Amino acid sequence: MSLAKDPFNIIIGGVGGQGNVLASQILGQMLVTRGYVITIGETYGASQRGGAVMSHLRLSETDQFSPLIPEGRCDLLVSLEPVEALRILDPYGHPGVMSLINTRPIFPMDVISGNATYPEISKVITKIQALSKKTWSINATEIALDMGDPIFSNMAMLGALCATNTLPIDRQGFEETIKELLPSHKLSDNLKAFDEGSKAVQEL
Amino acid sequence: MSLIAQDAPGKTILLMGNEAIARGALEAGVKVCAAYPGNPSSEIIGSLSSAAETMDLHVEWSVNEKVAMEVVAAASFAGLRGLCSMKQNGLNVASDFLLNLNLSGTQAGLVIVVADDPGGISSTNEEDSRIFAKIGDLPLLEPATFQEAKDMTRWAFSLSEDLGLPVMVRSVTRVSHARGNVRLDALPRPAPKARFDVSRPRLAFPPFPNHKALHQKLDRARTLVESSPYNIYRGPDKPELLLITSGSGWMYSLEAVMNLGVQDRVGLLKLSTTWPLPANLVLNHLKQAETILFVEEVDPFIENNVKELFAQHCMEIGLKRFYGKAAGTMPSAGEISPEIVSVALQGLLKVSYKPRPEEYTKKAHEAAAELVPARALGFCAGCPHRATYWAIKRALTLDGREGFVLGDIGCYGLGWGPSGFFQMKTIHAMGSGAGLAAGFGQFERFGLSQPVLAVCGDSTFYHAAMPALVNARYNGSNFVLLLLDNSATAMTGFQPHPGTGRTATGKEAPVLDLKVICEALGAKVHVTDPFDLAATTDAMLKFLQDREGVKVLILKRECALVRSKKQKKLYQVEVNHERCLGETCGCNRLCTRVFKCPGLYWDRVTGKAGIDEAICTGCGVCAEICPASAIRKEVA
Repeated sequence: MSLAKDPFNIIIGGVGGQGNVLASQILGQMLVTRGYVITIGETYGASQRGGAVMSHLRLSETDQFSPLIPEGRCDLLVSLEPVEALRILDPYGHPGVMSLINTRPIFPMDVISGNATYPEISKVITKIQALSKKTWSINATEIALDMGDPIFSNMAMLGALCATNTLPIDRQGFEETIKELLPSHKLSDNLKAFDEGSKAVQEL
Repeated sequence: MSLIAQDAPGKTILLMGNEAIARGALEAGVKVCAAYPGNPSSEIIGSLSSAAETMDLHVEWSVNEKVAMEVVAAASFAGLRGLCSMKQNGLNVASDFLLNLNLSGTQAGLVIVVADDPGGISSTNEEDSRIFAKIGDLPLLEPATFQEAKDMTRWAFSLSEDLGLPVMVRSVTRVSHARGNVRLDALPRPAPKARFDVSRPRLAFPPFPNHKALHQKLDRARTLVESSPYNIYRGPDKPELLLITSGSGWMYSLEAVMNLGVQDRVGLLKLSTTWPLPANLVLNHLKQAETILFVEEVDPFIENNVKELFAQHCMEIGLKRFYGKAAGTMPSAGEISPEIVSVALQGLLKVSYKPRPEEYTKKAHEAAAELVPARALGFCAGCPHRATYWAIKRALTLDGREGFVLGDIGCYGLGWGPSGFFQMKTIHAMGSGAGLAAGFGQFERFGLSQPVLAVCGDSTFYHAAMPALVNARYNGSNFVLLLLDNSATAMTGFQPHPGTGRTATGKEAPVLDLKVICEALGAKVHVTDPFDLAATTDAMLKFLQDREGVKVLILKRECALVRSKKQKKLYQVEVNHERCLGETCGCNRLCTRVFKCPGLYWDRVTGKAGIDEAICTGCGVCAEICPASAIRKEVA
């Protein structure tokens, strides 16, 4: 499939600890294997301490682009957490952006302490829809918790992303990449999470 | 399998900038690699350690950056190619040795990679390490892409051998911690046998003739860098504006020029050899344009050096208008971005650019302002540091003499903020909490009546706090050092250190026991588990009230992230809703409002506390703090 735009700009957002960096690395490797030129910029400082994190992924058939997507230029948003999607769309969205959302919230410290409130999820999704050309929302954390460990949410989101048919990726490419990047005993669980995520989008 | 050690010339893979640097070193036949972890540089040694066995390398996590550089210099003297890597602060630590090593010179290729952290995203400071190349008269290379990170690192080794000098490679966060396509080249033949040629001693001394010889080497470097293929110009022959950039600025500038559609008006000169500058190349381009814009991260290093060159040659090249940090066109601090470059170009070229409709911007901004709560950094769920700071707060309150905590960098540095209950009152360099305590601990005679506490992590202790402790003991200081032993260099990615019994390559190593070391230094030592809040608070209080000498309380509990990789939860934690009195309890939501572990939440519907199953790691500490004993823990 040819790209809708070149560069096609993807942001994977979430909260430190959700496996955002690994998801972007796997997606990037899947696309490099397909012959694309990829750049990924990652927010690292807060990656394990509950801060908001983002990976910027630039996808091109020909050129390497900067590791930061310019403002207003995100074409596809994958958010592992609902309010993080709105945080990212604020500077980076545009009327043509497509958004894939994990609906399970992670409460910020200020919400836990009572200094701030976390909005109704339905209200968040409505706003995301209003800011996006197309929106898919699934509960990837629930899929992962059903498998026994919330850590699989990111792989479920990659499966979901594959099912949106917005990118030139497939299950086989995912399997090959997992084999290359992760220890072999992790393959079956990650594939299961991927499949469940795909199914969730297909059933929407 | 090691991602970077694939023997697959011609293959294109996705590599992080740091991995590309490591691969470049492998292609150059590096044999000895050493570093102390520090972001954004840590993955260089991290990935080399994964290649150590296949490539027959010595890879080590050294105790600090100075020792790392010394280890690698030994390799160079013995005829083996060596690489050491560090973050900007690390170069400060190693600089004493570096500014002698430049005088003695080196033999086999020696490459020093420094990854700067513009904006201080994961640092206590923001610093431009490039100035050290100028101070030390050393060649400095700045890769701008992932491919260059690999290729220029490989080149740096031969340049080092050619000149008999260490070569500095400067990276930044958006090169080191970004990923992109890298085409692999061949891996090398076996290395020579190590031998130190004793007929050729390596002496920094005597400084004067060596300094003179060093300047001759630098002059040779000036000639060599003129023909470097990594200095690239793109644009018209006579541009209206010449943009001079390096490193991360290159791709931001390319994109800004493309988005503004000003390719015909702007010339982009990307410098990859930034000290010494390729003077002829720069002067030739300066001649062609009147207006110059500098785009670089942290200090105006290229800007000042180009201006110096201009001052020397202004009669030949004519008057110029310079824009950059000095003129306020570019920010004097913080990271740069594609927007910053774009805004600077829009102003200078009088063009405007709107990436999206105003109405969308307004709508997106309103949605974020209305619905998105701030997300402050804090300790992870189940982090032993949260329990430690809870005990500190409690002990200092019970002690009642306005005691205070002196700290440094590490995850526990978050102790300055809400997650550490605002207990940490100073943060500077590695081990500085202990050093400051060694000072404060001697001021009782000047009227200081407050007890003094310092915190320091296990890895930091070996790196920089040991001399402070020696000093404190020798000079009769009185304070309590809290040694937060989580068995990892947690903030930088859980690298092993001398206390963990493992080396960088996973081999067994002798454990340098913290308790034994501290006792040998004459401190009173006690070991406690921070998850046992009562015992920890008691031990702290006892030490606070002991007015004689140095006391070390070792708080031993593995990092929650390391533990969660090895085993499931310690406890199954639940809130008993009958016991939790909610808003009517006098505790005023102590668990969520004050302790605020991310594994807890306040359920607005029931008005009671709850445990978030997706986040709780089962440390059980919240069960200790609930005054109504409503939080229950059961061994999982």
